[in-house]
Amino acid sequence: MSDDGIEQHTISVLVDNEAGVLARVIGLFSGRGYNIESLTVAEVDARASLSRITISTSGTPQIVEQIKAQLRRLVPVHKVSDLTQEGPHVARELALVKVRSSGEKRVESLRVADIFRAGVVDSTSRSFVFEITGSTDKIDAFIRLMEPLGLVEISRTGLVAIARGEKPI
Amino acid sequence: MANGKLTGSEIVLRVLREEGAEVVFGYPGGAVLPIYDALFQQKAVRHVLVRQEAGAVHAAEGYARSTGKVGVVLVTSGPGATNSVTGLTDALMDSVPVVCLTGQVPTHLIGNDAFQEADTTGITRPCTKHNYLVKDIGDLARVLREAFYVARSGRPGPVVVDLPKDILQGKGSYAPPPARRETHKSYRPQLKGDTDAVNRAVELIARAKRPVFYTGGGIVNSGPRAARLLAEFARKTGYPVTNTLMGLGGYPAEDKQFLGMLGMHGTYEANLAMHHCDLLIAIGARFDDRVTGKLTEFSPGSTKIHVDIDPSSINKNVMVDVPIVGDCATVLTQMIRRWEAMKYRPDRTALARWWKEIDGWRARNCLAYERTDKVIKPQYALERLQALTRGRDVYFTTEVGQHQMWAAQFLKFSRPNRWMTSGGLGTMGYGLPAAIGVQVAHPGSLVIDVAGEASILMNIQELSTAAQYRLPVKVFILNNEYMGMVRQWQELLHGGRYSESYMASLPDFVALAEAFHGVGLRAEKPSEVDDVIREMIAVDRTVVADIRIDQTENCFPMIPSGAAHHEMLLGPADRASKPVSEEGMVLV
Repeated sequence: MSDDGIEQHTISVLVDNEAGVLARVIGLFSGRGYNIESLTVAEVDARASLSRITISTSGTPQIVEQIKAQLRRLVPVHKVSDLTQEGPHVARELALVKVRSSGEKRVESLRVADIFRAGVVDSTSRSFVFEITGSTDKIDAFIRLMEPLGLVEISRTGLVAIARGEKPI
Repeated sequence: MANGKLTGSEIVLRVLREEGAEVVFGYPGGAVLPIYDALFQQKAVRHVLVRQEAGAVHAAEGYARSTGKVGVVLVTSGPGATNSVTGLTDALMDSVPVVCLTGQVPTHLIGNDAFQEADTTGITRPCTKHNYLVKDIGDLARVLREAFYVARSGRPGPVVVDLPKDILQGKGSYAPPPARRETHKSYRPQLKGDTDAVNRAVELIARAKRPVFYTGGGIVNSGPRAARLLAEFARKTGYPVTNTLMGLGGYPAEDKQFLGMLGMHGTYEANLAMHHCDLLIAIGARFDDRVTGKLTEFSPGSTKIHVDIDPSSINKNVMVDVPIVGDCATVLTQMIRRWEAMKYRPDRTALARWWKEIDGWRARNCLAYERTDKVIKPQYALERLQALTRGRDVYFTTEVGQHQMWAAQFLKFSRPNRWMTSGGLGTMGYGLPAAIGVQVAHPGSLVIDVAGEASILMNIQELSTAAQYRLPVKVFILNNEYMGMVRQWQELLHGGRYSESYMASLPDFVALAEAFHGVGLRAEKPSEVDDVIREMIAVDRTVVADIRIDQTENCFPMIPSGAAHHEMLLGPADRASKPVSEEGMVLV
């Protein structure tokens, strides 16, 4: 995982659901040159008006500590949780994959989708759109298999993640 | 007011009063006319009209740093807000509490490219501690109170509140603040240091053989108690103390345990003590690159304790062994209590040996300069300024450059909040408006801006502000007709190619002072310096003193960029033997 010290970390940030908060977090990353590999955000608590931002980032351990410290000191941030460091967690992505093919390749694409437990959410006589959820590796593998079968377009969310066990963030 | 309905502008002024803001530095414009109308009809909050919005923010900074209170700025939308960006960035870098109210076009026009519209919250997001756009008058009072809280809590900083004109003109209900301050839902800085960490730190402090206290602006921001506690702890231990540029005044400069400022232009003894110490006790300082020099060779053999209220400053540049998140005064209190409870005593033998080594470095007399009666040396001018203001009720601000470094080296501060300078951002043009802010806060005191002739031109228009409010600030210009620090680096790194660093077509500063209704003075020979300083102090008007100094003088000691503390240059002769490395060349 760490050659030349770079580690991948999944960080969950609980923030006020207010205008500009996402811009602030992204501005922090871009302003300080930190890496955003993927980012998802949505409101998770309407009553308390809180959103959860899940960021997949990479860097040396010292940089990752800095990222967390910089996030924590933002005024609208309630909590920062490094899921990679804190123990077992579940991480999932969703992808919509459009494949255009006919004949053998079309049949094969359906078989592969079946193996990956991906569903068909759109079909025409010449194309499918598959919906697949799973770990990043699983989705990457699915996409690789679809490439020779007529892959034309991908739309992916980033990672969402949550710690295993009963304790909330 | 009987039915509790006030205009947004009236609500703004009410909250300013509640928060103890007595002065606002500002400049009017279309978007803020409603507030200016309300200002006109009351007396509780005073307004100081600057001549350019950057001046307003720097004045608020000077006001804040010399009082410990939050500085308040009021500027209009569009260009008013964008002109304040430099000042806000300056306040962010130097941790100065400022609340900046910016006008904005009415809410229904936001995003329409309206006249004097700018995306103020977008532009100021990275250069403020936090910012707000008020879209509903019901939020106005709460947001303003929160802005003051954020500005002054934890590590202080600038906060912008963007106020659309329809909010200012509309009416809303106003409720006074709750009797007991509610805690903020997410931002609650930690003040008390972790007990185990503090105990570990104090044990290390007791066992140290070559310790040094490295203290900075955090001591000043924590409040006057922090400086008193630092002095108490230093006396109990007998350990040497050094200050950063921002921390000057946090420890009495004339005390025998003070090593002088450290860093790129710090003293020989301070830098070598940092390099050779076995215990580095950092309190309220952030290991800035001006201080550390080459990181891989910074204080190589020492164990490091770091007390800082901002957790993100800890282990950012330099990995430390005992991090303590907390407020300086609170943690120092904890440390002193622990020291006394454990009846610790310093290792006297080791300490005597350490001081002997330090005194050997002091003997080098690194701030010595060639004394002559042919030309005014900048160091001489500052020595005389220090001598003739010693013991007085005096505040100093500076601009940026060589004069700033010489001021830091030769002025001696015995208490905090007397030294206002732009450290982190290094903003030329800071000193004159900052001096105005200081003078507004301290009308009876002597306020001196030590300037270079290049820097002073950046906000020279503020002389008009000084004249309007009869603020007898003294502008002490060390005039060498060059951007001195730039020229020094060009001499050192770029083969003496003085590209665009010569200040051509300088104004006659004496005539300029008089054109701005002030007094102009000039000294061209060393023998004239004392008289100019005395007259500058005696006359109760704005004064510009043009001190013609040696054009070739460079600021030493100097740790060139990319070099380590022990590779300091002590004088012009040193340069030849130590060329600056390739890596050093790309550093600022």
